[in-house]
Amino acid sequence: MRRYSKKFLINLYTTMLKIRICEESLVEPILEGKIKTPCHLYTGEEAIATGICASLRKEDYIFGNHRSHGHYIAKGGDLKELIAEIYCKETGCSKGRGGSMHLIYPEVGFLGSAPIVAGTISLAVGAALASKIRGENRVTVSFFGDGATGEGILHESLNFASLQKLPIVFVCENNLYSTHMPIRECRPNPYIFKLALPFGIKSVRIDGNDVLKVYEVGKKSVELSRKGEGPIFIECITYRIRGHVGPDDNIQGIHTDIRPKEEIEIWRKKDPIKRFERYLLKNKVISKEDIEKIRKNIEKEVIEAHLVAINSPYPKKEEVMKYVFKD
Amino acid sequence: MFSRIRKLQYSLAINEALHQLMESDNSVFVIGQGVKSPWYVGNTCRGLIEKFGPKRVIDTPVSENAITGAAVGAAIAGMKPIVVHPRMDFMLFAMDPIINQAANWYYMFGGKLNVPIVIWGIINRGGEQAAQHSQALHSIFAHIPGLKVVMPSTPYDAKGLLISAVQDPNPVVYIDDRWLYKIEGEVPENIYAVPIGKSAIRRVGKDVTIIGISYMALEALKAAEYLAESYNIDAEVIDLRTIKPLDTETILKSIRKTGRVIITDVGWKTGGVSAEVLSIISENIFNAIKTSPVRVSLPDAPAPASRVLEEVYYNDYKNIVSAVLKMFNKN
Repeated sequence: MRRYSKKFLINLYTTMLKIRICEESLVEPILEGKIKTPCHLYTGEEAIATGICASLRKEDYIFGNHRSHGHYIAKGGDLKELIAEIYCKETGCSKGRGGSMHLIYPEVGFLGSAPIVAGTISLAVGAALASKIRGENRVTVSFFGDGATGEGILHESLNFASLQKLPIVFVCENNLYSTHMPIRECRPNPYIFKLALPFGIKSVRIDGNDVLKVYEVGKKSVELSRKGEGPIFIECITYRIRGHVGPDDNIQGIHTDIRPKEEIEIWRKKDPIKRFERYLLKNKVISKEDIEKIRKNIEKEVIEAHLVAINSPYPKKEEVMKYVFKD
Repeated sequence: MFSRIRKLQYSLAINEALHQLMESDNSVFVIGQGVKSPWYVGNTCRGLIEKFGPKRVIDTPVSENAITGAAVGAAIAGMKPIVVHPRMDFMLFAMDPIINQAANWYYMFGGKLNVPIVIWGIINRGGEQAAQHSQALHSIFAHIPGLKVVMPSTPYDAKGLLISAVQDPNPVVYIDDRWLYKIEGEVPENIYAVPIGKSAIRRVGKDVTIIGISYMALEALKAAEYLAESYNIDAEVIDLRTIKPLDTETILKSIRKTGRVIITDVGWKTGGVSAEVLSIISENIFNAIKTSPVRVSLPDAPAPASRVLEEVYYNDYKNIVSAVLKMFNKN
């Protein structure tokens, strides 16, 4: 406990809460049809992006996936540009060409998120390779889900990254479901972290809902990678509270929410934010009043971001061909 | 500045371009299967690893998908990778990084990050290698927005287009052909660029336009010489050089003049680049065409192994000559 400054702990809490409030603020506009872009909400998984990104420097690279609002916020992407992108406006981080599944913020090392499952893993390996060739002191993190472990490219990427001793940390966010498929129906062996071991990669499984644990393991992994002792693989066990896409699995009326209600309830009790909040209160890092103040500030910021997004222009129709090629 | 010009083999023209590009720009690197093995890539990569070391000349395990993805990722992070696929059939494992990622990246992030990568695929036909070591898949890439596709047929263009491809801020698919590697031609010693999107008129003529792609551009020129000598038919020959974006202006101008067109491709007929060229002609100058256009391309069948079948499968100048003669009712 004493190892961390009050400011650091409050920052972790604030980032997690900011992701949560942002995600939950999308629910209503999605249900009302104001937001159409498919949103894969990060609710329940906030500790992972927050803990890992807290262990990174601004210039370090990350690559995300289809569920990357949290990665974007945790790495320091601008909230207004995120919300505007989700409304597909010209003022969005991808100028309304990407939507929720294609986020980017190069200024803080977020080189992009894209929804082809496992598709960005090799890109992250390439960014780490670029750092190695240039002799930089930079680390890359690849965020992907448990579903990505079914793709061959993960195994190819682990092999090549290990051969090249690349400064990369592979972070698998295991939320126990690949869209609708429980992990036991996807893998004969549920221990994903073991996948990396035959490639000579140090690999661990951790509680992904414990932000301090994620930070500690993340920091150690990033330090090792920076020293040339990478790659490292971290499997974070977590759970998404919302559906695979949209607020609820039933939202389109075609999915059946196959996750037992009791299971969801169990995981609600393991909510990473509530858990960290209890920890901070117990250790008297912050008071209930502080929490209220932090929450109010974030809510204000998020509401403002929505208003800005709603009032922003869409991309111009005559610019549909813009950005196919760079001149 | 004068640059010495001398004869050089096609593959060595590529080799010279690689040396000069890597010397002049630290962000250029070569990665792929067999970049230190002449068995894989001929002599195109000769001397690279000795000069630039294994950090920038990266021979890789057989993992086309991850290796191409890594090259794309490095390009996103500001490098200028050249990723080689020594048989372009192997590129099919890498369609996700090429199409989903590289081709779309600049657009789908509103121009935030471009992908200055060269994806180099070698067509490797004949020699009874059969269906999975012989395919010319260029038309697939020409279909994709965000990709440029070049197919040089001469040593001069092999060097100049590789230089342009590396210098281009967008993903460029560079496709050559092992059948071209031993061909000699004049190549300047200096670094020079052959513009992407510009075809070359190899022979000026007035009676018929023969448009050739890659190796077939050379066969088209042979056919034109033969037609002039033996039949007094004066053919204009266009070497497309770039199949995406197409040099519409040069194509249309030539056909306005000749009124007749034959297109010869190293790939299949259905849905191929030759079909696209004909569509552009029909859309723009339908009334200028005096007679039905003809495509001399591969039959819509996988490449066979047997040399007997290969003989009927692949085209050469004789097939072009026959097509022209038929067009002129001279057969």
